[in-house]
Amino acid sequence: MQVNENLVKSIIANKIGVSENEITNATKLVADLGADSLDVVEISMALEREYNVTLSEDETAKVVTVGDIIAAINSHLN
Amino acid sequence: MKIIGTGCSHPQKIVTNQMLSQMVDTNDEWIVTRTGIKERRVVSSETLEDMAIDAARKALGNAGISAKDLDFIICSNVVNEYVTPALSCIIQGAIGATCPCVDLNGACVGFLYGIDMAEAYYRSGRVKNVLVVSAEEPSRMLSWEDRTVCVLFGDGAGAAVLSEGDNILATRLTASSSTFSLYQKHELQPSPFNTKPNSNLPLVMCGQEVFKFAANASISDVRYLLDKTGYQPDAVDKYLLHQANVRIIEMVREILKQPKEKFPLNIQKYGNTSSASLPILLDELNREGRLKEGELIVLSAFGAGFVSGSCIMRW
Repeated sequence: MQVNENLVKSIIANKIGVSENEITNATKLVADLGADSLDVVEISMALEREYNVTLSEDETAKVVTVGDIIAAINSHLN
Repeated sequence: MKIIGTGCSHPQKIVTNQMLSQMVDTNDEWIVTRTGIKERRVVSSETLEDMAIDAARKALGNAGISAKDLDFIICSNVVNEYVTPALSCIIQGAIGATCPCVDLNGACVGFLYGIDMAEAYYRSGRVKNVLVVSAEEPSRMLSWEDRTVCVLFGDGAGAAVLSEGDNILATRLTASSSTFSLYQKHELQPSPFNTKPNSNLPLVMCGQEVFKFAANASISDVRYLLDKTGYQPDAVDKYLLHQANVRIIEMVREILKQPKEKFPLNIQKYGNTSSASLPILLDELNREGRLKEGELIVLSAFGAGFVSGSCIMRW
């Protein structure tokens, strides 16, 4: 099973208040979208609930891009 | 039991975000967007015991009963200047009560641990009237040079008088040890026999880990209580959450799909006052007439330990 990347982008867009069209896998959550550190935690928690997985603090801390968070969730699904 | 009276007491000194921005590298926008806090009350010349006594007297006055009618006093407190005697005993003497007293340290959840204890004593037939007081001064646990921590907390005291009734429908307490996620150590008196170093550390907080625990615990606790009592989230009139961070409260609210009006806030005025936050909020709502008889109320708190607690009651 792989995460639905469109769903991930939709969750991020809703959380940050930007258009999904602005988000690619290379988009940086903080640098490009203006997310703060709690936004990243909140997005991680939303995805954890969606996919019933738990990311460690280290995994969340390493998230820079949208692709990073997709990879982190995928690593728990495979 | 049933809550029949509430009271609270605050220090005089107001510390705004603007004042903090002159002490550490922070600013109002940063603090407000991440926490919801605009100002907090901080102990200066007052003593914590004076605030606890003031809150207790106001709760008794609101309840319309005498201190002599109390059967038990429970005081939740993390730290105060007296290691001994217990703060509850100091309160007992000041208000003129004669009943047994005990202090508990349930971190930010202490008030709900107190409510749970009061209910258990009542159900066992040992008490009719119980005073639960929460008094906290986290401003003296932390470093005022640590910008990640000093902006979060405020001091204060809140109290509730509980009496006979079946209004407490269910409670839930949890604990899952995670010592170094949120802790403080203080020096003890020197002993010629102690061979360990004396450590004195201001409050350390792993913010993101605490945030995650708090939100998950609150959601889990509230769902547990709703399942246990057979209510849907919509049936609850008010959700009173520990005022630690507005974003935790918002996350819980969004997951429960409830309107903002059901989640009253006062964090903007007081910051995180540890276990005093719920009785202070309860007292504000009570005195403003915003709690109607028969309303279904859920209280939820989370804190160092980690511990969490929740209660569903009829007002």
